[in-house]
Amino acid sequence: MHPAPSIIMFSTLSGLGFGLLTMLGLGLPDVSGWVAFIFFAVGFALAGGGLISATFHLGHPERALKSFSQWRSSWLSREAWAAAAAMAVMGIYAALIIFTDTRIAILGWIGAALSLLTVFTTSMIYTQLKTVPRWNHWSPPVLFMAYAIVGGLLMAGQVSVATPLLVALGVLQVFAWVDQDRKEAASDTSLATATGLGTIGTVRAFESPHTGGNYLTHEMAFRVGRKHAQTLKIISIILAVVVPVVLLLLPFYHVFALLAVVSHFAGVAAQRWLFFAEAKHVVSLYYGR
Amino acid sequence: MTSLPTHTEKTLGLVIDLDTCVGCHACVTACKGWNTENYGAPLADSDAYGAEPVGSFLNRIHSYEVEPDTGGPAQLFHFPKSCLHCADAPCVTVCPTGASYKRVEDGIVLVNESDCIGCGLCAWACPYGARELDPSEKVMKKCTLCVDRIYNENLPEEDRQPACVRTCPTGARHFGDLSDPESDVSKLVAERGGFDLMPEQGTAPVNKYLPPRIKDEVPEFDILAPYLEPVAEEAAGFLGWLDKTLERIG
Repeated sequence: MHPAPSIIMFSTLSGLGFGLLTMLGLGLPDVSGWVAFIFFAVGFALAGGGLISATFHLGHPERALKSFSQWRSSWLSREAWAAAAAMAVMGIYAALIIFTDTRIAILGWIGAALSLLTVFTTSMIYTQLKTVPRWNHWSPPVLFMAYAIVGGLLMAGQVSVATPLLVALGVLQVFAWVDQDRKEAASDTSLATATGLGTIGTVRAFESPHTGGNYLTHEMAFRVGRKHAQTLKIISIILAVVVPVVLLLLPFYHVFALLAVVSHFAGVAAQRWLFFAEAKHVVSLYYGR
Repeated sequence: MTSLPTHTEKTLGLVIDLDTCVGCHACVTACKGWNTENYGAPLADSDAYGAEPVGSFLNRIHSYEVEPDTGGPAQLFHFPKSCLHCADAPCVTVCPTGASYKRVEDGIVLVNESDCIGCGLCAWACPYGARELDPSEKVMKKCTLCVDRIYNENLPEEDRQPACVRTCPTGARHFGDLSDPESDVSKLVAERGGFDLMPEQGTAPVNKYLPPRIKDEVPEFDILAPYLEPVAEEAAGFLGWLDKTLERIG
């Protein structure tokens, strides 16, 4: 799948943003006044910035509001609802903390749940697609939420909890990659079933419909990243897990904590890039890829 | 609503004969022509005369080579592919705006272009590559089964079928109601063993493909050989004299 920068930025930024908002909703850290303002501002900037970035992916962003209508069937519509609800509840919760120094715990819990629900709905957009075997797997919901929670803890300064969870996240990610490889290899869709000509013999794509590319080959038969996949996986784990853990184990300085967050962010972005670049859509079979 | 209807009154679709298709791409041109001039946004071509031309098409013809398991030379098949108007269309349910829908009256899957936000999720959900985002209009384009032809009373009756079917010079494309067992298309599917593409994807496609007929075996010897024995081994007459003379000189 084509790794569109707007979608990668969306999933990385909003994942971490909603992760931070989840922690703030749970009262981690229990802040007030200006400090609370800065924490919430970062959370909203990341989550909201991600959502705005996602609209750049749309052909007609001016019609984006229409996407609230189909929540009964569409995960993308549910994501719109969850994101709007999470932002609204967390907005009220934050305003009360910042301006009146009143923390309504239950409102925070609802906001935290809605924030995590938003990340879950994002992941379901990918997981629901049978056409992409690597995505049609348990790992996107689990990992998207795990990255949000761990990134949220990291940004909320919960060092003692974040450090072991970062290690656990790294292990989970590696296991997911291995299991996704297995799932893709076990896919029962092939050029033989795609053309139905497998009953005669071995099918090979002879000629494409045209000599150039098209929307389908650009969007869904992306191949550039796959040869560097192993290297990128190692880079992603080093940046998202190893560097932050080392920095957190060092004596605490704010600059180390900041570097840990920046490194984790870069690692998650690399992971999301791979999430798209490595995923193979079954339509690429028709094009002999 | 992008929930799928539980039942459609008719199930209109195409039956494509892989035995007859010669890969001429006339259906591609007819489709592009009709659907550029009629219903919905025109099918754009961007950078048409440049280095990287890209355009939206609702119907494309692939070609596949099959090496038979039974041995013998490879066979070549031309493979037209357009929207299969699936009964369980995954492209419809993923749509966040309700722009994609399946019609209850005839089962045609359509896009209401004024509601389409161009997110591309429906194209991701389709295993067949039947949907393409138009490079100019930025809305999702797909086969409409020529909904503006098949019911169009301004057209002569023989033209009230999809442009691809009407134009096919070999009769490789057939259009009809696949829910009616007595329809020509249903009979054709039953007779020839029509099959689904990627049945394991669970989309229950309406369009069916007819398998290539079994090819005749090439005989091991040439049955005409006995009749083609060389008749005159030695040249006679003028040619014989010329032959001998030239041999003497050379």
